[in-house]
Amino acid sequence: MDTNMNPTMLLLTILFLSVMGFIMGKRRSYAVANDAGGVSELHSRPTYYGSLTALWCAIPALIIFSFWLLFESRIITDLVISSLPDQLQNLPADRLNLIVNDIKNIVNGNISSVDINPSMVAAAEHYKKLNSLSHASLTVIVIAIAIAAMLVIQRTINPKLRARNHVEQMIKYILIACSTIAIFTTIGIVLSVLYESIRFFRVIPLTDFLTGLEWSPQMAIRADQVGSSGSFGAVPVFMGTMLISAIAMCVAVPIGLMSAIYLSEYANRTFRSIAKPLLEILAGIPTVVYGFFAALTVAPMIRDTGAFFWLDVSSESALAAGLVMGIMIIPFVSSLSDDVINAVPQSLRDGAYALGATKSETIRQVVVPAALPGIVGSVLLAVSRAIGETMIVVMAAGMSANLTVNPLKTVTTVTVQIVALLVGDQEFDSPKTLAAFALGLMLFIVTLILNVIALVVVRKYREQYE
Amino acid sequence: MSETNIDIVKQGLEKRYGAEKRFRIYGVCAIAASLIFLAFLFISIGTNAYTAFQQTFIRLSVYFDPEILGDTTNKESLASANFPAVVKQSLLKMFPEVQSRSEKKQLTSLISSGASYYVRDMFIENPALVGETVQVWLPADDDVDMLIKGHVERGVEEGERRLNNNQLGWIEKLEKDGNIEKRFNKIFFTTGDSREPELAGIFGAVSGSFFTMIVTLLFSFPIGVAAAIYLEEFAKKNRWTDIIEVNINNLAAVPSIVFGLLGLAVFLNFFGMPRSAPLVGGLVMTLMTLPVIIIASRAALKSVPPSIREAALGVGASQMQMVFHHVLPLALPGMLTGAIIGMARALGETAPLLMIGMVAFIVDVPSGFTDPATALPVQIFLWADSPERGFLEKTSAAIMVLLTFLIAMNALAVILRKKFEKRW
Repeated sequence: MDTNMNPTMLLLTILFLSVMGFIMGKRRSYAVANDAGGVSELHSRPTYYGSLTALWCAIPALIIFSFWLLFESRIITDLVISSLPDQLQNLPADRLNLIVNDIKNIVNGNISSVDINPSMVAAAEHYKKLNSLSHASLTVIVIAIAIAAMLVIQRTINPKLRARNHVEQMIKYILIACSTIAIFTTIGIVLSVLYESIRFFRVIPLTDFLTGLEWSPQMAIRADQVGSSGSFGAVPVFMGTMLISAIAMCVAVPIGLMSAIYLSEYANRTFRSIAKPLLEILAGIPTVVYGFFAALTVAPMIRDTGAFFWLDVSSESALAAGLVMGIMIIPFVSSLSDDVINAVPQSLRDGAYALGATKSETIRQVVVPAALPGIVGSVLLAVSRAIGETMIVVMAAGMSANLTVNPLKTVTTVTVQIVALLVGDQEFDSPKTLAAFALGLMLFIVTLILNVIALVVVRKYREQYE
Repeated sequence: MSETNIDIVKQGLEKRYGAEKRFRIYGVCAIAASLIFLAFLFISIGTNAYTAFQQTFIRLSVYFDPEILGDTTNKESLASANFPAVVKQSLLKMFPEVQSRSEKKQLTSLISSGASYYVRDMFIENPALVGETVQVWLPADDDVDMLIKGHVERGVEEGERRLNNNQLGWIEKLEKDGNIEKRFNKIFFTTGDSREPELAGIFGAVSGSFFTMIVTLLFSFPIGVAAAIYLEEFAKKNRWTDIIEVNINNLAAVPSIVFGLLGLAVFLNFFGMPRSAPLVGGLVMTLMTLPVIIIASRAALKSVPPSIREAALGVGASQMQMVFHHVLPLALPGMLTGAIIGMARALGETAPLLMIGMVAFIVDVPSGFTDPATALPVQIFLWADSPERGFLEKTSAAIMVLLTFLIAMNALAVILRKKFEKRW
């Protein structure tokens, strides 16, 4: 073990220094206050002087710390690569990646996949050296900055220092920074998915991807290999997604809507207080559990039922996955519809009753039409959920991309393909892995559009009755 | 005399009341359908799961033969000592009639291939056992386990079984002598994954989930609360905050697998963070749960009445003091509830973890944030894929454990809400 601190220790040290800073700042403020004639002479309460010191001590150090660690591994890897012998450096990107992996394995003391060659051992040594150098300099820089900040603030503390205002300003900036993370996440998603997708579309034209009827992403490794055409026409995948989502919605919309209507219009308080949380449990069950259930229980059941009627049902039928997914989505539809139905003003119902309508007539002809935009919004949100749902289809739907609308056949979906392409041994930078990002981009765009429409519709609807 | 309006209405009444009744029944049916499905799901998984909490063990008189073990005085030679042979010898001694090589092999395959590790651990703890004979309960092979638990029929043709007639006979003899027994399955709760169903446990996955959740909680709760405070208490209504709001609402509805793609492209490929690490898993989960926590925290802040803010400002508090000294403590229970619900969702989430490589087969129990690990739902996914019959009950049992955690978390959220909820 080297003498450097590991990142966790360093983090704790920064926190410790910042606590020290707090105590010292507070003490210092008492000291200057006594010189000036009592604590009441200070601009702010002593705690604020402490907090000011602590914040200045911690924040710059933490910022440097996190950025350093984020970029450290990347920079060191680049440096190690540039110091490799030329014949290794000139290898294609994927081979180079393998070598870098091997070097890292040697560094970590794991057995590497290839017999160790001396230049790689040297590179591993180099890597280790750079790594410890980097950690050492990080430790020195961060601690130096923390202590320097502490000392500077100590000197500037005087009764006129507007510590509270400074502290509040800093906290406000921290709050703002936290609230922008949502934006950075979106930007991160868009950039990462888009960047890889553009690389994919350079190899496979966008039109082929969107209109091609054959999907078989296995690329031929050798030229004479059979059955590896490497065609990337995504239509069967999109169709499969739509088929399964449609089955799911056929289950979820009627059941969810009727449940919502019954719960909000008919049920008494006790029934509602029991049934509603029970329905919500359906939404809380992890999707991997649904997937297991679909594959283990529902799919064989459907297959056996089909066999009873002399129907040829695939054991990974779209029906099984869609059915279970529909059940999962029921609570989304029902709780959102429940909200919008409750938002319909009572005066509309009273008006219908006064005209002699029965309760169900009121619901069907007055309440539901009035709530329709909201219901449509909730259904759209549910559709976007169904399209993006992964585990159920990964476990219960198939891998083969059949262009069919027969729910008894096997189809595949966008999410299944993303998982299939990215899990396991992946070759970097091949169209196969990049295709996953292109599918991800499509998924993101479609769900985004659905969500935006749904949110706008629901918001408009709410405003109408408020 | 012609019909009056009231007669027309009366004629239609019966039909309309019928429709009313039917409509009500549809509603009841809809709810019943969901609840029946819920019950069906729990029963189906529960009936598969409960047998996994027991495990078949075989009692052996293990003789620590100094000749087989060789030199056991130092660590190196102990590591290479032949404990599997010790276990096999003791089993063979119980059936002296077994002579042929292939029969011996069949007999020794009744005991788990991992049994020797338990014997070794026992020996390392107490090296004085050399030359002694000890009675030990050792895990049986998963085929035996399935047979004893009744998941495999004994009556079927020999060719269709995984155990042949010889093996069945030996098992029956063991049963008759009381040398085979189902006991509480401690292995399941204390070990990591394994290729052998009888040796596979969930502890590795649970620790992986634990580390992931710690990272998620440490990042998402403070950041989420801070963002909510800014948006609810400080931000002016302008285009910028509008964009942030729309963004947060959208992120809450983005499919989880897209977050996995983000994690893969940014954390792994761009920043070069380690694959399969709970740290990266936790960061991805943070981004995923942040919207949930922000939305819940904002609702909690909104529910604090303005009079409290005005009172604080009235006695001279600054806006920051007003928020942190008065509003935040009152909103905190609501925020915590939201955070727990968000964490529960993250705990059950699988898809993004698949993307960042937390699906590897990992035997060791992770001990830190950068060790390779899987998470509990991923373990369920991995076991569900395994062909062995023995993994079926393990999968169901792991699901029961996961659901127990989730129920506990949600119950905690409900209790928190009940206890601290204030109506103003």
